[in-house]
Amino acid sequence: MTVRTLFQKVWDAHVVHRLAEGPVVLYVDLHLVHEVTSPQAFEGLRLAGRKVRRPDLTLATVDHNVPTGDRLRPIDDPIAARQLAALATNTRQFGVEMFDLGSPNQGIVHVIGPELGATQPGMVIVCGDSHTSTHGAFGALAFGIGTSEVEHVLATQCLVMSKPKTLEAHWIGRLPTGVTAKDLVLDFIGRIGTAGATGHVIEYTGEAIRDLSMEQRMTVCNMSIEAGARAGMIGPDDTTFAYLAGRPRAPAGAAWAAAVESWRGLATDPGATYDSRVTIDASTIAPQVTWGTSPGMVTEITGRVPDPADLATEAERSAASRALVYMDLAPGTPLQGLRIDRVFLGSCTNGRIGDLRAAARVVRGRRVAPTVQAMVVPGSMQVKVAAEREGLDRVFRDAGFEWRNAGCSMCLGMNADVLQSGERCASTSNRNFEGRQGRGGRTHLMSPEMAAAAAIAGCLVDVRGWSLADLPVPLELAS
Amino acid sequence: MEPFVRHVGKAAALPRENVDTDQIIPKQFLKGIERTGLGPALFYDWRYDPDGTPNPAFELNRPEAQGASVLIAGANFGCGSSREHAAWALRDAGFRAVLAPSFADIFFANCCQNSLLPVRLEPREIDELFRRAANAAGQYVVTIDLAAQRVEDGHGFTTRFEIDPYRREMLLRGLDEIGRTLLEEPRIAAYERRRAIGLPTRA
Ligand code: SF4
Repeated sequence: MTVRTLFQKVWDAHVVHRLAEGPVVLYVDLHLVHEVTSPQAFEGLRLAGRKVRRPDLTLATVDHNVPTGDRLRPIDDPIAARQLAALATNTRQFGVEMFDLGSPNQGIVHVIGPELGATQPGMVIVCGDSHTSTHGAFGALAFGIGTSEVEHVLATQCLVMSKPKTLEAHWIGRLPTGVTAKDLVLDFIGRIGTAGATGHVIEYTGEAIRDLSMEQRMTVCNMSIEAGARAGMIGPDDTTFAYLAGRPRAPAGAAWAAAVESWRGLATDPGATYDSRVTIDASTIAPQVTWGTSPGMVTEITGRVPDPADLATEAERSAASRALVYMDLAPGTPLQGLRIDRVFLGSCTNGRIGDLRAAARVVRGRRVAPTVQAMVVPGSMQVKVAAEREGLDRVFRDAGFEWRNAGCSMCLGMNADVLQSGERCASTSNRNFEGRQGRGGRTHLMSPEMAAAAAIAGCLVDVRGWSLADLPVPLELAS
Repeated sequence: MEPFVRHVGKAAALPRENVDTDQIIPKQFLKGIERTGLGPALFYDWRYDPDGTPNPAFELNRPEAQGASVLIAGANFGCGSSREHAAWALRDAGFRAVLAPSFADIFFANCCQNSLLPVRLEPREIDELFRRAANAAGQYVVTIDLAAQRVEDGHGFTTRFEIDPYRREMLLRGLDEIGRTLLEEPRIAAYERRRAIGLPTRA
């Protein structure tokens, strides 16, 4: 038997047929659907008289376009309301399960798949969303697709794909204290560039990756697309199995034991090779902050805004110059001390319970700077409920944060949660593109701990060395 | 899908790298439920100032870019969000092909689904096209021949490009990919039977 990588094993197991022209028909185990990239796909099915081949392998939620304020009020934006209604109609007509605004399971599509246990090792998972790479944290091959491909998967439960290349991103050593999964992945993107992994599936390996919790692994895999990779994967291990055990849609009983047994076999075989490989020393990584308009424009919090003139190519120089104009930053400005107006804690990158706990430890007993408007948007209603059970909502509210309902919110600003032009935001999301959080808004990406500290300090600040509070005692234990 | 065999059209240059799909079509235009009518939203935040007046400095607002159907762009074009609206908006605004040194994977696939031909050329070839387009002052016409896999301008620029044979065939014949895959139905069903034990089921 030849040795194979994790990716190769999952790929091989899903090849239905190899077409004469080269690509394969690849089977999809789980198709996640949301309101923004699916209406045209369902309409296409309707026009062609086709049905959803496997509604039982399809799961829909609303997230991108939903208000995060009072859920009892009607939606203000009639166009958004129409899109949400379209998903309700489409899923009902085609027999697909959907979590609407009233569902306790509603949330960002990449948060709810894992928390339900629907995301499992060895699966092929797709969604009309580029951050589908998140699910690769479980050792699934998970990637984003466009709406035509959504329609294709709805109709056939398959995709036609050419095999991507593989890239191993390997960390030696361990992350220093106060340095997080977000810092690890931002540092990685800074090194290889936003197109560094185009055409590849990344496998993240090494001790620093093994040390991460499942939620932290999701943060890393989530950002794979920011390095150009459609998918990023981490071999499943005991951390993975412990996370999945007992989740509603994970296998149970005898099926659980059998599943774990087969999942263990997914790990990359010793001696298997990748098309390319990057090695990074984890012990040298510091907290990261982006300074520009692309996730690769990133440096350490103790660093300065670079001088475009120092960059290697003309293209980089002109991109950096443009970015500095947009960000209203001068070369050489220290990042520490840069005043901010807004803080956004949330998104599919950092909107999970562990992220909220980490931020709460920074926030508890402190107050948001008077010049800052800060908000917490839990990644799912389940995250929200869990946080409230633990008393984290009080920690945030007492400090002056707004506490919202679940959704994508200001990660992309499709709803009312947007930056005003010129506002500077410390954000735990994944994209600092021009206008991403609101036209003219200036986004600095960072970890939840760093964003929380920025909210308190009123400026970008190095969270290392801050004292961390204990988390509150959960309600049921306290009473 | 409309077939793509050969296209002759005016080229416009957008010499920027890492143009992301949030720029190609900003989020406020993603709330619709149709594939059509997105052309006016193309590059909206770059094309228009906040008060809605056209920004004369934006490359595609210049007089020489008007009526273009071929876009020449920098590396990693279409990165970021998977929104197919980016490809729909380019098509709706009259574009039939994008020439760049590299494309983001999802955007590349989305273009091929919409008969918007993404053509990868060498960086030095793209630089040469930028130069020629600038010199031609709005009269730069290129021919893109998918059958022959060639790009030429009739004035000495001629090059061959690579594209995966499956994509090429689908585009040349304007095939419905879903219809094509549905022909594999017996194989898909056989696969499902083979894997019945391993297939997840809804709890
Ligand atoms: S949270 Fe942001 S990145 Fe994640 S799915 Fe929503 S919009 Fe996309």
